[in-house]
Amino acid sequence: MKKYVLKRMGISLVTVFVILFVLFMLLSLMPGSPFNNQEKLSPEQIQQMKAFYGLDKPVLERFFRYIINMFHGDFGVSYNIQVNMPIRDMVTSRLLITLAIGLQAGVLGTLIGLILGIVAALYRRTVWDSLTTVISVLGVSLPSFVFALLLSYFLGFKYQLFPLLYNSSMPMVSTVLPTIALSMFTVASVARYTRTEMISVMDSDYYMLAESKGLPKVKLIVNHVLRNTMISVITVLAPLLVNLMTGSLVVEKIFSVPGLGSLYITAIQSNDYNVVLAISFIYSVMFIIAMLLVDILYGIIDPRIRLAKEE
Amino acid sequence: MNDEKFCLCTGEHTEEAEKEYANDSYAKEALHHFTANKGAVVSVFIILIIILMAIIAPILSPYSYKDVQAQYSNLPPRVPGLEQLGVFNGYRNGANVYAQKGALDQYHYFGTDNLGRDIWTRVWSGTRISLYISGIAVLIDVFIGIIYGLISGYFGGKTDIFMQRVTEILSSLPQLVIVTLMLVVMKPGLLNIIIALMLTGWINMSRIVRAQVLKYKNQEFVLAARTLGVGSRGIIFKEILPNTLGQIIVTFMFSIPNAIFLEAFLAFVGLGVPAPIASLGSMINDGYKSAMVYPYMVMAPVIVLALLMLGFNLFSDGLRDAIDPQMKQT
Repeated sequence: MKKYVLKRMGISLVTVFVILFVLFMLLSLMPGSPFNNQEKLSPEQIQQMKAFYGLDKPVLERFFRYIINMFHGDFGVSYNIQVNMPIRDMVTSRLLITLAIGLQAGVLGTLIGLILGIVAALYRRTVWDSLTTVISVLGVSLPSFVFALLLSYFLGFKYQLFPLLYNSSMPMVSTVLPTIALSMFTVASVARYTRTEMISVMDSDYYMLAESKGLPKVKLIVNHVLRNTMISVITVLAPLLVNLMTGSLVVEKIFSVPGLGSLYITAIQSNDYNVVLAISFIYSVMFIIAMLLVDILYGIIDPRIRLAKEE
Repeated sequence: MNDEKFCLCTGEHTEEAEKEYANDSYAKEALHHFTANKGAVVSVFIILIIILMAIIAPILSPYSYKDVQAQYSNLPPRVPGLEQLGVFNGYRNGANVYAQKGALDQYHYFGTDNLGRDIWTRVWSGTRISLYISGIAVLIDVFIGIIYGLISGYFGGKTDIFMQRVTEILSSLPQLVIVTLMLVVMKPGLLNIIIALMLTGWINMSRIVRAQVLKYKNQEFVLAARTLGVGSRGIIFKEILPNTLGQIIVTFMFSIPNAIFLEAFLAFVGLGVPAPIASLGSMINDGYKSAMVYPYMVMAPVIVLALLMLGFNLFSDGLRDAIDPQMKQT
């Protein structure tokens, strides 16, 4: 197990490095200069500003300097949004908000999804089962901004149950609608997979054996069905995390949450490429860490996978 | 065991059994499975109607998607016939906005936007653009994915290891980051959006094709072909590829709603097709700003997008169950 975890971590580290390199190269290919009023600047002034920010150096040198600075927690400064503001200061508080909403949505979505899936599988071909199917089809098909718009229109605007836009004086209440909008996809996919998997486990021979041994129903479900179901549910959690990320951008924009996603959109629209680079990198790292955790978790739950991968 | 589970065969079940085990051709059986699935049948109609509307509605409409009529801005929906029933009658807060703006001779089925452009025409030409972008991107994806997967799976060994490392790294970049970055670098336009969508879309297809190739390449019929002296190309394209077609079609269908969503997402964060061209995403982006005052502006594109994605998802589900009953979700 240790060897497997170490190997996976090594691969992840290399990937992070490669990604940083690719991102850096991509952005340095960008035409023009990163300064927002470049039409008004004379070529000499642009040259001066480039020298000031160290942009006149060769790409590779800049890349290595960027990495060294990064180890000191320095992601460079913003060129356009808030001129010369260190990106670390811009990002930190926003990252926390985004992570909080993402985590809430992930946990809430997984829990509700699990409950729906389990109920649907246990009471197959009843109203609960059909309800779960409808929810999962809708949740998988409809993009999160559809839910976000519906929620903000009905609960935020018409009935005014929750703040329409993010209000920093009451952060908890403000995150309710974004969390619900974001969690819909997770609810749907988890419910769907849980149901399918549980049913296939309950049709299996080992379940029949356990049942015929006379195990009590609760023990049967918890020890045999749920544990085996979780294996495949965990595999779908990784793509769900990706969806949470994409979703957070849209949802943050609709509810004007001061999170990482809305900063990312602003940075993209104003071509502030240091900020774009930093946030892209943070997103990629979060993604890779999530994948790593899923892989390790997978190994813990299913010994067969662990053994197969160690070879 | 209880006796209730067993009874004498009276013949009334044999018909059923015969139907179930009938020796039908593969296509007939698949069609039978598909049509038995209500959701799938409905989805076919949804998709066909939307595609049809996307083709003919902009042609038949008296308005163009880019004609700005500033004097007729923010008109609510008004449909002939329905207006007698009190819905879609062009009223807002008890007043006929069409009469106020002197546009009683006009009918905007979905209303007009803040520049006075007809939303009906824009929604359907936007659907056209969204379908066009995602269709082309997915087609190219399929092509690249199949070739990549076939080569990687068939030749194996070092080629496979190298090719798999490449996809591993590519897929550990979140698709969202790659696509946004590409568009930041290349500037959004029809072609560039297609390229950006294409860059990552093929990975999933290549994985599925590779897994299929690995499954078939050591089977007897391939061995037989090789013994008869068929070359690599013949084996790949004549022996293995036809067997993987079912999977490829299913994956292809599932990628379409994904591409439609990504395009809408990009437009929503401001990386969509440049104005005045409309896509469903860019219309949602325009409309959501005034969604609280004029909800109909965002409703029309949202509903079409939702139906489109729902349709393609249900269709792909049905298709998967029909083509490969083993993958069927119980």
